[in-house]
Amino acid sequence: MATTTAAYNPDKTSFSLMPALSLWRREVVRFYRNMSRVVGVVASPLLFWIVIGAGFGNNFHNAATGTRQNYLDFFFPGALMMIVLFTSVFAMMSLIEDRNEGFLLTVLVAPVHRSVIVLGKVLGGTTLATLQGVLFLVIAPFLGVHFGPLQFVLVVVDIFLCSFALTSLGFMIAWPMDSTSGFHAIINLFLIPMWLLSGSLFPVASASPWMAFLMRINPMTYGTDALRGLLFPASAPEFSLTHSFAILTVIALVLFVMAFVVANRRSTKAAA
Amino acid sequence: MIHIANLRHQYGERAALNGVSFDVRRAEIFGLLGPNGSGKTTMFRILSTLMLPTSGAAEILGHDVTRDPDGVRRRIGVVFQSRSIDVKLSAEENLFHVGHLFGITGAPLKKRVAEMLERVSLADRAKDLAESFSGGMQRRLELAKGLLHHPQVLLLDEPTTGLDPGARRDLWQYLALLRDQEGVTILVTTHLMEEAEKCDRLAILSHGNLVGLGTPSELRSEIGGDVILLDAREPQQLAAAIHQRFQIDATVLDDGRVRMERAGGHRFVPDLVEAFPGEIDSVSVSKPTLEDVFIRRTGHRFWNEDAAGVEQRASASAKKKKH
Repeated sequence: MATTTAAYNPDKTSFSLMPALSLWRREVVRFYRNMSRVVGVVASPLLFWIVIGAGFGNNFHNAATGTRQNYLDFFFPGALMMIVLFTSVFAMMSLIEDRNEGFLLTVLVAPVHRSVIVLGKVLGGTTLATLQGVLFLVIAPFLGVHFGPLQFVLVVVDIFLCSFALTSLGFMIAWPMDSTSGFHAIINLFLIPMWLLSGSLFPVASASPWMAFLMRINPMTYGTDALRGLLFPASAPEFSLTHSFAILTVIALVLFVMAFVVANRRSTKAAA
Repeated sequence: MIHIANLRHQYGERAALNGVSFDVRRAEIFGLLGPNGSGKTTMFRILSTLMLPTSGAAEILGHDVTRDPDGVRRRIGVVFQSRSIDVKLSAEENLFHVGHLFGITGAPLKKRVAEMLERVSLADRAKDLAESFSGGMQRRLELAKGLLHHPQVLLLDEPTTGLDPGARRDLWQYLALLRDQEGVTILVTTHLMEEAEKCDRLAILSHGNLVGLGTPSELRSEIGGDVILLDAREPQQLAAAIHQRFQIDATVLDDGRVRMERAGGHRFVPDLVEAFPGEIDSVSVSKPTLEDVFIRRTGHRFWNEDAAGVEQRASASAKKKKH
């Protein structure tokens, strides 16, 4: 005798993105309930603003073009990229917290396709990183960086693609881990070189051949270059916008699929 | 409902399950009784699709845990021993979230969440963050979470861990209600004899082997009569002497006590004491318990299987001495 109405029929199944949406929402809710994280997100662009505005000189010799260029033009996209890079990857620390706090168990015993779980988590991290990047963008006009609505939209797309790729990378690294300190150690191995070799500090054209090769296989190079081209049209980007976006999309998808493969493995070892 | 055939599991070199087989019937509370390290949590992980078995098969409602994990996941509710709710979310948000994972949305979900919160007496705390809840309330939320999608089979891993006696009783009453009113099949792991007694049927595990299967009273009835325990200064000698004199099996347990089974134990005790004057320090006679079944099948006491057990036994006997 059933005393309640059955809201769920296990025989009627359909693929749904609802669980991804729910995981995404959880990620965002947990973020804004954690005041220190909110403060961090708002304060770090402000700090950058002060440091960049006050600290850097006016001139910077661009070896690639041989022209003299305001250093800000060169540094701003790099700073924005660094913020996106760190926020994206560290957002996936929440995966390790989920594992340690036990919440991941709930997700793992639910009949949800593993790709949908990865999508929900990655989109959550991507949203936070994009938000942080856009906040940084808002202060750009005060630094003397001006752009139109179309550029703004394209920059957001660029930031989104980079965040998605990097959050997927973070997911892949965080999945098998059970300690945040181990995650830090591994992530630093990736993050610093990725940023140094992203064209944030020096352009690809001015790098030695082997370093230029590393820069060309680094997704962040394309993100930074697209950003520079959009915000500073005069700076002559090294790749066309479509070229950069195409490569970023492919890398984002490849990293996402890899994250899915990592999460989809079932083994004879305890899953959580 | 649940069919387990020759299930084996290895953690590296260590075998956690050595070919265990049993079936769980519809609408029964089935207990997996065993001390820590006996393999019951391994069994739970395999059944809840968190881990693949090394070999053998486990099916729930005809769905194989290895080949069709989603088929199993749609039909089972799982309550973990450790916390699995999100304490940064409210009670209600936790349940909505689980509903979404199962594809339940909109008005039916709203209704179901309200209904489950009511049932576990958390309706008045629906909007409070779970981190503000007591251990008992969090456990009730875990239960509501496991039952939200009307599972036909409910798996619980040591569900009363950390609960006070009142909350334990409530939980068991609720499990009985689920079985009787909704026909839910319940598999529960436990290391507590008094909880095992409340199960309809039991599987007793020791070192990854199935050492007993049946109803608690069936299992107890294999013990011939009463159980007599003796304290003596020379337990080995005494056991041998008893065996010689009365032709009954007297064994020395690993805590140094001499144990035997005998029908009409109270009539036997005077004979025993008179036969060995001055050698017996104390005598106890009791009706057989599930622990006696365990001792009979494995040759050692329940809590002696691992170090944690030794500790618990030490504190238990310390309490006894006070009496």
